[in-house]
Order: sequence, then C-alpha cells, then structure tokens
Amino acid sequence: MKQIEFSLSRWMDGSGPESDIVISSRMRAARNIKGHSFPCLASDQETAAVLKIISAAVDGKPDFADFTNWTMGKLSTLERQTLVEKHLISPFLARESTHGALLLRRDEAVSIMINEEDHLRIQAILPGLQLEETWREAGRYDDLLESELEYAFNERFGYLTACPTNIGTGLRASVMLHLPALIMTRQINHLLGALSQVGLTVRGLYGEGTEIIGNLVQVSNQVTLGQTEDEIISNLYSVIHQVIEQEQNTRQALLDKKRANLADRAWRALGLLKYAQVMSSQEAIQLISDLRLGYDLGLIKTVNHKILNELLVLIRPGCLQLLAGKELDNSERNLERPAQIKKTLDRHLE
Amino acid sequence: MILCQECRRNEANIHIIKNVDGKQSELNLCEQCARKKEELDFSFEPQFSLHKLFASMLGQSVRGSREEMTAAAMQCPSCGLTFAQFGQIGRLGCSECFSAFEGRLKPLLRRIHGSCIHSGKVPSRAQNRVNILREIDQLKEELQVKIQGEEFEEAALLRDRVRAMEGTVQEDLTEKGDPQ
Repeated sequence: MKQIEFSLSRWMDGSGPESDIVISSRMRAARNIKGHSFPCLASDQETAAVLKIISAAVDGKPDFADFTNWTMGKLSTLERQTLVEKHLISPFLARESTHGALLLRRDEAVSIMINEEDHLRIQAILPGLQLEETWREAGRYDDLLESELEYAFNERFGYLTACPTNIGTGLRASVMLHLPALIMTRQINHLLGALSQVGLTVRGLYGEGTEIIGNLVQVSNQVTLGQTEDEIISNLYSVIHQVIEQEQNTRQALLDKKRANLADRAWRALGLLKYAQVMSSQEAIQLISDLRLGYDLGLIKTVNHKILNELLVLIRPGCLQLLAGKELDNSERNLERPAQIKKTLDRHLE
Repeated sequence: MILCQECRRNEANIHIIKNVDGKQSELNLCEQCARKKEELDFSFEPQFSLHKLFASMLGQSVRGSREEMTAAAMQCPSCGLTFAQFGQIGRLGCSECFSAFEGRLKPLLRRIHGSCIHSGKVPSRAQNRVNILREIDQLKEELQVKIQGEEFEEAALLRDRVRAMEGTVQEDLTEKGDPQ
C-alpha cells in the first residue's frame, strides 16, 4: 500500500530569489463546481459525487500523470499531520476524512485539495520570492481543471467560494519570511501595523491563529475581490520588497555592532543542534533561526538553506513520528527530535 | 415649589430618598447642587444620554426588526441555507446563495474587500459574456464624461451602443451599473 514518506518538497530546496529572507512563496486558488453544494453544507453523498467528478476530470490525463491521488480517509493521522507540517495541505483538509482528497504533484510544488472548505483549493508553493511563477503553476492547473469542469462563477462576484473572504479571484498569495533582525530589534510591531493598513495579513508559521515562532511570519493578501491577480501579486511584491530591505538594513546594523555575538549565537545553535539530547520543538525552531541568521550573514558556512529547511520541517511532531516509524508522546518526541536533527546534520556535514 | 435644601434659591427638582437601616431620609436638591453633592454623580448626563442611546437603538431595531426578520428568514432555494444560518456559520452553502442573498451580501463584501465587483481572472467559458459586461462598464464611464463635457451627440451614440450591448447579454444590469 502506498504511504506518505518524509521527502523534500520543492519549496524546501532553498533556491529562489531572496532566499536569505523569503523561505517560500505560495498561491492558492479557491474554486467550486457549479450546481453542487459547498462541502460545509453538502451531504456525504454530494461530497462523494464531487470527488468523483473531479477525479474523472484528471484520471488518465497526461497533464496529471505526475500526480498522486491521496484520499484523506485512507491516510493515518500521522501522515495527514506530516502533509500539514510540510504546508502541502491545510489543517482543515486534514480533518476532512470522509471525502477529502489530495492530488499531489511528484515534486510537491503543486497540491490540489478536494472537498476542503471549497470543492477545490489549487495550491502551488515554490522556494524564495517568486509569486508570478507560483501563480503560473497554480493557474495552469486551474485552467486544466476548468476545461473539464464548470466552475461556480458569477460575472459580478467572480469565483464563488463558501467564505465571503475568498470570493472574487479566490486567490490567497502568501510568502513565508524569516525576520530575525526586525523581531530582535522590536521593529516588527510597527511593521505589522503598517501591513494591516495596506490590506495584508500577518500570521505565524502554521497560518491562522498561530503565533510567531522561530522568527517566521507569513504575509498574505486579505482582499480577493475587486483586484486582479496581477494587482494582488504586485501589491504583495512591493510591500515584501520593503520588508526585505528593512530586514537587510537591520541585519547589517546588527552585524556592524554585534558581529561576535551573532557569530557566537549561530555557532552555539549549531553545537546544541548537534549535541543536545533533549529538545522541544520551540527550542529547536529558535536554534534553527539563529543558525540561519548566522549562515545568511556569512558567519557560519557549514550549513545551507536546504539543510535548514529540512530541519525546520522534520522537528515537527508529525514528521518526527513518521521518521521514527512509530507513535511518540511528547517526552519521547523531545528525545527523538535531537536524534533526527543530529542524523540529518551528520549526513549533510560529512 | 420646593426650594433646594442646599442653595435655597432654585427649584428642587431632584428628590433623593435614602433608606438606611430602616431610617428614611429625604433630600430635595436642584440639579446643580445635586451634581456638587455627587450623590447622583452617575445619574445625570451619562444616564440621560445612555437613555437616549438606548431609545434610539431600540427605535432603530424596532424599525429594523421586520426587515431584519425577513432577511434572517431569507432562504436559498437551492441548498436551503437561511440568511440567519449564514450569519451563524459564516459560510455560504452553494453558488445559488449569492443570488438569493445578493442585496445583503453586497454591503458585507464591500466592507471586507472594499469592492463588490470582480475584476480578475474569468473562466474561459464565461469569457465572452464577461468581456461584454466589462466593455459596457467602460462605455458607461465614457458616457458620463461626455455628458459632463456636454458632448451630447457623442453621448447619445454611446448610450445607444450600451443599450444594444445590454440587449445581447439579456440580464438586468442595473446593479452592475452601480458606480461603487
């Protein structure tokens, strides 16, 4: 039987523009199929019918040859959690065990969620800052699906979605940023205020309602109606460029004043990651951030973005248990975590 | 007329009856003195305006209630979701809900997005129709400019074109003409 394995997603390869600050770019288009109730109100029969219709639209099509079809109900809780931790599905879909499904492209850069809050959530995620390319990827599959399915669309309101906050383009563009300097110097609060005034939302690592940990923030558009896709993207771009510039300037200022301290912090982080025996995910994520900053400032050269991204994901509870091949409680995970980190670092740093 | 017990000049229009351990005492004061005494510190202006506030709110909700109730009872003919249910779950049930609750949804969408008109991507099967609708919008804007510039002959030509195009899409487009 096929199983979800711990593999590297395309976004984790550490390439892409501005990868010293932007970890990944993500685009998600919400779509529904005309004439069918949205999943939240649909009966089991209806959601099953929708799944069947969408499956028929992709099955055997050459464009979808490199996709694997996963049914949520057939995946273990651990496997679903791993997909969430790798940002390939939403927590919402992970809970949708009846007729929720996922079409995942081999390189894990494109995931199509079926029977999430909407019938379709087409997502693309790429490394670094490349919103246009990411939208091109998602848009391509949007077009392919649209040629087979009749979408719920209204000339006034655009693409119709279950939640009014997604209506119109149905598009959520988001970037994952590593902002240690702005957070360390407490400039982040001004930034957060400014971002919300220009219609952008800031969230923690795992989306809505999650706190900022490991100096990682997700910035995304709030408005989906009344703007074109290009406007949404360019609006986000211009703001993100300013954030990048501020972070870079602050990093430089810190480097000028506290070079030795920052280097010490990065090397200590590496030491702990390599040799600690018990570690919480909170601690691990902070250490990975310290190490990343050291690497980005040229103070430590033994790691790279790919290793850091891999660590960032494998320290999460689902991934850890999947790697260990068994269920682990919290204290067991705190033992397994440093072991897996060490293994990964040893493998790369040989 | 009862004079104020404090200043003995103004009419005492405030009567305070205190009952402390069975002993009753009465105090007759004018508004100014009562305010100085601070016995009724909380009860003058604030209460008055609060009262007014409540009254106006009540009046509004009484006026609005029938409409509110009608709105809450509005139901999507396709999936059966009522507007009240939508208010509770924050999710619409199907694509027909948008037509069923259109009037109510528009102000909401405007609040969320600052707009209630889609200008982005269009599925290819809806492309023709949307192209015509977007062109009509554009022509209407031009029409306004012509009217303001008192170029009435050209305005009349534009108006005829708009009418002809509206005829081809055959739908009530008054909402779409809404400049917001």
